[in-house]
Amino acid sequence: MEQQNSQYAIETRKLHIFYGDFQAVKDINLQIERNRITAIIGPSGCGKSTVLRAFNRMNDFVPSAHATGEVLYHDQNINDPSVDAVQLRRMIGMVFQKPNPFPKSIYDNIAWGAKVNGFRGNTDELVEETLRSAALWDEVKDDLKKSALALSGGQQQRLCIARALAVRPEIILMDEPCSALDPIATLKIEDLMRELSQNYTIIIVTHNMQQAARASDFTSFFTMDTDRAGVMVEFNETAKIFTKPKDQRTEDYITGRFG
Amino acid sequence: MPRNVLNKQLNMVQDEILLLGSMVEQATLDAVKTLKTHDVKQARAVFEQDQTINEKRFAIENAILILMATQQPMARDLRSLAALLEVNTELERIGDYAKGIAKVTMRMGAVDVNMPMLEIDQMAELAVEMLHRALGAFIEENANVALAIPKEDDRIDQWFNTAYTKILKEMVANPETIDQVNLALWVIHNLERMADRVSNICERTVFIATGELFEMDTMDEDDLNI
Repeated sequence: MEQQNSQYAIETRKLHIFYGDFQAVKDINLQIERNRITAIIGPSGCGKSTVLRAFNRMNDFVPSAHATGEVLYHDQNINDPSVDAVQLRRMIGMVFQKPNPFPKSIYDNIAWGAKVNGFRGNTDELVEETLRSAALWDEVKDDLKKSALALSGGQQQRLCIARALAVRPEIILMDEPCSALDPIATLKIEDLMRELSQNYTIIIVTHNMQQAARASDFTSFFTMDTDRAGVMVEFNETAKIFTKPKDQRTEDYITGRFG
Repeated sequence: MPRNVLNKQLNMVQDEILLLGSMVEQATLDAVKTLKTHDVKQARAVFEQDQTINEKRFAIENAILILMATQQPMARDLRSLAALLEVNTELERIGDYAKGIAKVTMRMGAVDVNMPMLEIDQMAELAVEMLHRALGAFIEENANVALAIPKEDDRIDQWFNTAYTKILKEMVANPETIDQVNLALWVIHNLERMADRVSNICERTVFIATGELFEMDTMDEDDLNI
């Protein structure tokens, strides 16, 4: 994929996504700043995960899903058939709700994905570097051959982040990355996100609006329109969304007066 | 240790409070100086600088509100932010006292008013010095130091009483200058109130450290007035 410097890390224009006849989201125009953390919040069913998955074409795995409009990454619409989705997902990685390490050693969890993606360098160095970046190295450096499944949930999630980093992406998508974690493990992931945002663009979907408030630079609030399609109500700096939102629907949601 | 963002931003707000504190201290000393020099231009500068102080106060308040809204502070963090909000307001009001003193110089103009400058200087110096230490204790969350400072208010009250008597005597001796000499009462009142606000800052320090809210009683002339 061409390396050009567009203003945003990724941008959607008039994005509509459908599951069969059902319109899941409509007319999403979202601009994601580079090296910043952008959160997407909103009630269940508002289409926030659908939009997140559109950023690296994970919706391709849902047979009925189709989209119109543009998702621009390096000035190219990633929905264009000429775009290699596998290569795209290398540049735009994803971390899921439930930590999903491979049932292999900690070491292999990092090394395997990188090798499959053509990594030819020093694997030991790669493993150490990415585990350090994911703030996990100090906890696991003496147990690299131990099964990843023996780690705690929070450690497993940081391992999955390390695994995503090992293929050197530009953007990391996070879909509810802390919903299976306790509060302290959650705060560790949030601090890690802050560290990572120096080098990566992060987009996080979360039900937990306090997490969006704590951990993000920008917040996008989605809700369901009367026809049940998800719409983006408001996008702004996180500080503004949580102190003086412009739209009454945002105000109602973040003050818990929704519905 | 998690919560890097909250820690970092809390420290930034504390730094801003210290900066606001030093602006207010300087404004007070500058304002009192103009009483002696009759430097109306300098007094106007102090008067106008209050605008900067007010703007800084609002910027700090905004930063604190954002931290409260986004970082969900609890326990000591929550007390710190609530206390910072209070201290922010106290400092802004002390800034207003300095501005009030600068206004006295502007009103006096070239007229030579017989003011008890020795007492005024002492009060200003003591009050600024107390404020400086109170802010240090506040940022360090040192309740022991904070508890001791309001007791020093007695010394300010003593200077106040001496100055007050002198001003009354001057009024009786030269009734035609009452209008001007009356201005001296403003000055000593403002300095005395400044010291009271220093006590409020100390109360907030104890609040952060212990969670206890209480008034540090210092018998001053306000309590004696009905």
